[in-house]
Amino acid sequence: MTDLKSGSNLEKVLKAGHFAFTGECGPPKGSNVEHLKKKAAPLKGVVDAVNVTDNQTAVVRMSSWAASTILLQEGVEPNFQMVCRDRNRLAMQSDILGVYAMGIRNMLCLSGDHQRFGNHPEAKNVYDLDSMQLISMVKKMRDEGQFLNGEEIDVPPKLFIGAASNPFADPFEFRVHRLAKKINAGADFIQTQCIYNMDKFREFMKMAVDMGLHEKCYILAGVTPMKSVGMAQYMAKMVPGMDVPESLVKRLRGAGKGKVAEEGIKFSLEQIEEFKEMEGLAGIHLMAIEWEHRVPEIAERAGVLPRPKV
Amino acid sequence: MIVADRKPLKELLEMVEDCDKVLILGCKGCVTVCNVGGSKEVGILALTLKIARKKEGRLLEVSEKTLERQCDPEYVDEVKDIVDGYDAVISMACGVGPQFLSERYPEKRILPAVDTTFFGGAVQHGIWEERCAGCGACGIHHFGGLCPIARCAKSLLNGPCGGSADGKCEISKDVDCIWDMIVTKKMKEGRLDELLMLRPPKVWTTARDGGPRKSVREELVQ
Ligand code: SF4
Ligand code: SF4
Repeated sequence: MTDLKSGSNLEKVLKAGHFAFTGECGPPKGSNVEHLKKKAAPLKGVVDAVNVTDNQTAVVRMSSWAASTILLQEGVEPNFQMVCRDRNRLAMQSDILGVYAMGIRNMLCLSGDHQRFGNHPEAKNVYDLDSMQLISMVKKMRDEGQFLNGEEIDVPPKLFIGAASNPFADPFEFRVHRLAKKINAGADFIQTQCIYNMDKFREFMKMAVDMGLHEKCYILAGVTPMKSVGMAQYMAKMVPGMDVPESLVKRLRGAGKGKVAEEGIKFSLEQIEEFKEMEGLAGIHLMAIEWEHRVPEIAERAGVLPRPKV
Repeated sequence: MIVADRKPLKELLEMVEDCDKVLILGCKGCVTVCNVGGSKEVGILALTLKIARKKEGRLLEVSEKTLERQCDPEYVDEVKDIVDGYDAVISMACGVGPQFLSERYPEKRILPAVDTTFFGGAVQHGIWEERCAGCGACGIHHFGGLCPIARCAKSLLNGPCGGSADGKCEISKDVDCIWDMIVTKKMKEGRLDELLMLRPPKVWTTARDGGPRKSVREELVQ
């Protein structure tokens, strides 16, 4: 195991060939540490790493790096997220050094939702770098020990580099190329957007496998259980780049009063079963939005427990 | 051209609140072409202000004039003998005009009548769209002749974000996703490979980020 890039738990699990299982935790809208700890507690030992979102949907929350360090203290491995919307290259690099210094070992690089969706639509947007350039910068910092400008870094940050992929955004034919581009830029692992349209995802994965992308990078399939019909409708209409087939909305509606959430979980479990066998996938990324306490039960029923100790 | 929109009447009335006599100055350049600050619009604004003030019971005296350009000292000079007779000068030119006026007539109150928005053009009668952000280092030949700096809501240089849907940008169904257009064009041309190389971070020094800019053309400087 000397050739590890970061030595993070997630990297070790994937490298050892285990089917990875990651979770997600949104920091609180405030400095409420107890709230954060409470949300993170059910995830401990149940997932291999926990994504800590960065002002997700452009709504201000506790910073991703601070929340990540709190998770670390709680014995939960964070996957620190960074978006390109709010920081220029100076702030990005200094935060990258900072999180590494605090013991964080995974980082997910994202473009970020436009601030127009959030609670400060008046803000200036930065986008000094795009997500592709961010990935490549983190790799350069890690592997070459250099800042973007070529200056040497005194103790380079050794991070396991993640990126996102949305197979459901347009133009569809370009999506797999964009994935390849992210891998070439330096992504070690990929977490996909929440998957609901299975036909389209199968097609996407087939293209990815045909291009051999799964051999260059670990691909984790994104799963978010639907809690209600309203949530499904909201996701279908309001969330950019989300593909929720009408058949799923119908199925949830058909479950009847009080049983929709269970039907949503069942759908996720069926997905996970298929993903375990699907060629090219290395794991699942479970984004149980404001449902962290249900993750142990979902993990148990999905048969992904206990998590490997590596 | 430089595109602008006229400020709401309420805002303009507030600006001239304590004035009795104003000069409205139009410009025959871009703002004439985008129907916001030419002699026609100067006339309309003059009339509108007068009527509004009459309603308030306080008459406003308004003179009208339209210059060849307001971004040129030579033309700005043309009003030197008359500006003193007014409490304020309302410029209907883009943001450049009122500044050239302010610099030439430092004692005078110069008021902007338009909100300058972008460099663009008319896509159909009455509709203008942004095309360029003046980044100071044009690279559109890498993107099928289309500019992602000005036209992608995130100025992405390496392809469409995850919010692109049905050719539209994630910020609004009324905004085209320029990356969808770039990718579609390159695919049609069979030159997709050109989009697969990593485009390095943009050097923003030549853009506004590098500070206020200046163009010096030695051969013209006297
Ligand atoms: S690349 Fe720069 S100069 Fe060229 S169109 Fe875009 S913003 Fe304007
Ligand atoms: S949807 Fe298209 S235009 Fe809008 S931010 Fe994303 S890539 Fe840019």
